[in-house]
Amino acid sequence: MIQTSQILETLRMIDQEKLDVRTITMGISLFNCVCDDTNRLASRVYNRIARQAENLVKVGEEIQREIGVPIVNKRISVTPVSLITGAVEDPLPVARALDKAAKETGVDFIGGYSALVQKGMTAADRRLIESIPQALSETDLMCSSVNVASTRAGIDMDAVRLCGRAVKALAEKTRDQDGLGCAKLVIFSNAVEDNPFMAGAFHGPGEGDCAVSVGVSGPGVVKRALENVKGAPFDEVAETIKKTAFRITRVGQLVALEASRRLGVPFGIVDLSLAPTPAIGDSVAHILEEMGLEKCGTHGSTAALALLNDAVKKGGVMASSHVGGLSGAFIPVSEDIGMIEAAACGALTLDKLEAMTCVCSVGLDMIAVPGDTSAATIAAIIADEAAIGMINNKTTAVRLIPAPGKKVGDFVEFGGLLGRAPVIPVHPFSSEEFIARGGRIPAPLHSLRN
Amino acid sequence: MKNGSKAVVTVLGYDRKGIIARVSNVLYERGINILDISQTIVDGFFNMVMVVDLSEPTCPFDELQDALAALGQELGLQIRIQKNEIFEAMHQI
Repeated sequence: MIQTSQILETLRMIDQEKLDVRTITMGISLFNCVCDDTNRLASRVYNRIARQAENLVKVGEEIQREIGVPIVNKRISVTPVSLITGAVEDPLPVARALDKAAKETGVDFIGGYSALVQKGMTAADRRLIESIPQALSETDLMCSSVNVASTRAGIDMDAVRLCGRAVKALAEKTRDQDGLGCAKLVIFSNAVEDNPFMAGAFHGPGEGDCAVSVGVSGPGVVKRALENVKGAPFDEVAETIKKTAFRITRVGQLVALEASRRLGVPFGIVDLSLAPTPAIGDSVAHILEEMGLEKCGTHGSTAALALLNDAVKKGGVMASSHVGGLSGAFIPVSEDIGMIEAAACGALTLDKLEAMTCVCSVGLDMIAVPGDTSAATIAAIIADEAAIGMINNKTTAVRLIPAPGKKVGDFVEFGGLLGRAPVIPVHPFSSEEFIARGGRIPAPLHSLRN
Repeated sequence: MKNGSKAVVTVLGYDRKGIIARVSNVLYERGINILDISQTIVDGFFNMVMVVDLSEPTCPFDELQDALAALGQELGLQIRIQKNEIFEAMHQI
């Protein structure tokens, strides 16, 4: 029997601590749409998604009503588009079909305008990467990602250079919205195939026809739990986070199983990430500060984040039958009120963020840099981040916004879940010749690990 | 929900006469049996938790939810109903 106090605790988590399920994401394979006529391919893609995801939003809303926990987004991820456009010249009609299908089904985002090029690029991969600025600037709900590196393949530096240019061109094309297009493009190392979170979600080639996955959230709940162990040793901090993560993940598991049953689609995974929003009380940075740091980004932040990330996984993993995706603590700057404050006051720098990405769940995320940052510098930042992922056998990513016309200290405003961010400085010294080399950085050794 | 025959009604807000009577009436009119009630009042702040049986309701869940929310609005209270599974998931292994 559930105790009254437990019921009231759950209500408090929902009302005051912003416990929510961030997303139900339906992964849809598009391999059965492949053909060599661009328009026919686009129309098959549209039909496949519109039919498969027809009830996704309705079911998400039903579950939300019945259990009383907000399900913030419903999303779709699809097979990386470069894998289905090998026989056609132009991937853009598929981009338009994806966007149209997302609007038809009523979802918040669709991800998978993607290419996996860690070892090398096919002609289709190259076409897709080169089309990203155009594709993202003329669609509304579509997200894109490129995997440029992996632990087993090394780093494809030609792809890194292309991606640096794509980010820059995309910012220019969405200049009137402070470069908002860049918020929909992620460059990965070791990308996972079942990630339900945007902008990096795609339905990997190793996945089945269709699956539903759930991404949980709840930084506010963890922060509140830590308020009860002020000054206690870290053993107690870790235990508290584990217990809280367990509860949050159980909600995700419940929603995932229910969505799977109602949609008649296999359950994929629960991604047990702590995903912040710009709302007060929904911040990962504030969890780190609750551990005793004056501002997120100061000395100790990497250790605090390492503990948090690990404890979230340990607590969550037993609460779900299949854990996957990115699973850990996200540290996007613009989407987290504590990170925004820390970056604005100078406590949090790009270099410190890079260090923190060694132990967080993903990487350099939603960071605004000056508009005059060169494509080569962006590519070099991507290469650094990819190297961290490659060597440490983890997923890392870069989602940078070189905000057109903006200088250090200015703010960019995206609104909604994407929030706002202060423009922070990059190093002024050139990486031009480094990026011009191209080729591949070889895969690392897996022994002699020091 | 699979075995979704139970739900939890929670009422939060300032105490006044007839809260239980009005909430029970909404449930009774829709064929819903009350299995358990607990309530506390601290400094005039009222909170009540009711476990109800949804195995023989005479209306859909949505309608019941709307009726309770509307009553809450009228009485200046927050009244909601949630399937029991959410609490079981979070607090039981």
